[in-house]
Amino acid sequence: MGTLIEEIFSRKAGRAVQAGEILLLDVDYIMSHDNTTPLAIKAFREIGKPILDKNKIVLHLDHAYPAPNVLAAENHRKILDFVKEQELPYLFSQGVCHQVMIEEGFVTPGSIIIGADSHSNTYGAMGAFGTGLGSTEIGVGWVTGKCWFKVPETIRVELYGQTQPGVYAKDVMIRLAGLLGMDGGTYRSVEFGGEYIDNLPMHERIIFPNMSTEIGAKCGLIAADDVTINFLENETPAQGPFEQILPVNPRYERVVHADVSRLTPQVACHPDVDNVRPVTEVEGLEVHEVYVGTCTNARYEDLEIVAGILKGKKVNPLTRVIVTPASARIYKKALRSGLIEILMDAGCTVTGTGCGACIGRHGGILAAGERALTTMNRNFVGRMGSPLSEIYLASPATAAATALTGRITDPRSIPEIVS
Amino acid sequence: MSKAWTFGENMNTDEIIPGRYNITIDPLELAKNVFGEVKPDYATSVRPGDVIVGGQNFGCGSSREHAPLAIKGSQAKCVVAASFARIFFRNAINIGLPILECPEAAADITEGDDLDVNLANGEIFNRTNGHQYQAHPLPDFILRIADAGGIVNFLKEHDIQDLIA
Repeated sequence: MGTLIEEIFSRKAGRAVQAGEILLLDVDYIMSHDNTTPLAIKAFREIGKPILDKNKIVLHLDHAYPAPNVLAAENHRKILDFVKEQELPYLFSQGVCHQVMIEEGFVTPGSIIIGADSHSNTYGAMGAFGTGLGSTEIGVGWVTGKCWFKVPETIRVELYGQTQPGVYAKDVMIRLAGLLGMDGGTYRSVEFGGEYIDNLPMHERIIFPNMSTEIGAKCGLIAADDVTINFLENETPAQGPFEQILPVNPRYERVVHADVSRLTPQVACHPDVDNVRPVTEVEGLEVHEVYVGTCTNARYEDLEIVAGILKGKKVNPLTRVIVTPASARIYKKALRSGLIEILMDAGCTVTGTGCGACIGRHGGILAAGERALTTMNRNFVGRMGSPLSEIYLASPATAAATALTGRITDPRSIPEIVS
Repeated sequence: MSKAWTFGENMNTDEIIPGRYNITIDPLELAKNVFGEVKPDYATSVRPGDVIVGGQNFGCGSSREHAPLAIKGSQAKCVVAASFARIFFRNAINIGLPILECPEAAADITEGDDLDVNLANGEIFNRTNGHQYQAHPLPDFILRIADAGGIVNFLKEHDIQDLIA
């Protein structure tokens, strides 16, 4: 009996639990990447106890990979030496960690995954509990296999209706971030559901738990259903049977209802993710870089939307347009289907997979005075480079339309989008 | 004296320590760039025992532990804020950076105030204006981690089960 998070935690605890309780739970997987693993290794060494179960540890090299400088290279060296020393079975370096976690089948309904990355909330798209933690707790997890959690209160977001052409899940989530605010979900589980979510394909669902982080949430959850099971069976090596855990007579702290039918394309403007405006209000603003990438919006379907808009055209010559596929699997599929060629012909720089530009490490750093429009989830001041640069967040369609003009552009002005 | 350094609402981890400086895990190195863009004089002028005072949602954003580490490396005594973002809260406790949640103090303290913070009982005295504030008490199991000086030290002496025993 309870909200989705109460139901998930109750199964793991072996008894019915309620919001407010403190639990010490076994975790299924412990994720970290090149930015956060070195500190986890330090904590592990200081604790001085052995790894409990190496099959629970999943490491990724994605934040600054391949290394853009000597210090990053030394970080990678430290991690690779550790993998060798401890004979760890899971190391990945061909994609953004969260995408790879899903593609490789680590994320299944009801599982508990802790990650040393704030966007570990992403796993909630599969009905799993994923949450971000710091490196030290990852080191603790390696040794104990456990983590403490306070069972959170839940905000239910009930979405209905169908979006208009040119409007995507990203626009809906940006609008929600504006509505709820960047601390609107702090310490909470945010449960996304309703007719709109039920009808969404997985690549669009992922955006909601992913960006639940932006409103401070402990987790963002979508209950597993047939869409989830089909995705897991057809797109991942995950082994079933999968349980479709649902909320049962839930008591929500707050329920937010929203009809998406009349929503227009949205932009989260510099400098905060909750500084949200309809694209029509910021149209014409000059943009120096368009970046299509990250764990939020660099999946195959996103590249398809961008290529669909750019096909046979040229991007603005004074605008850097960077496309970073979220994983090698996506990259290969886009190569086979010709999307990469379309993007390159249009003038895009297609980079290797990873997180580089989103955190200002490499592959798209901004100069002072530059403005970027990106498909990212976060627009903190200085995140992509100079503290005097600006980041605007939008859908892949808005990004592509903007790439053509060098100015923030409503994707509904593109005939192919509205026809 | 413990000088107050005040910061606004939603102080995020990129503003505490930008991602490009996170290529080291040395607290003293990180401290050289802490708050570098929002308060450039902090890193050079902070004195051991000074106090960081923030608004709502302090430490929001990334999971990077470099943020509380950089503050600890700067030798600030503690962070007092109206509220903390969840990962920052856990990270600070885990690495042994004292934090106090106290909306009244956060609203009343101004930059440069001389503070006397009693970490044991959560009392904060503002010597500059004579006001006294009481921070919210931490849950028992959190205090066990804090009292050990962080989760690593706790686990050297205890089993993880002892946390919630």
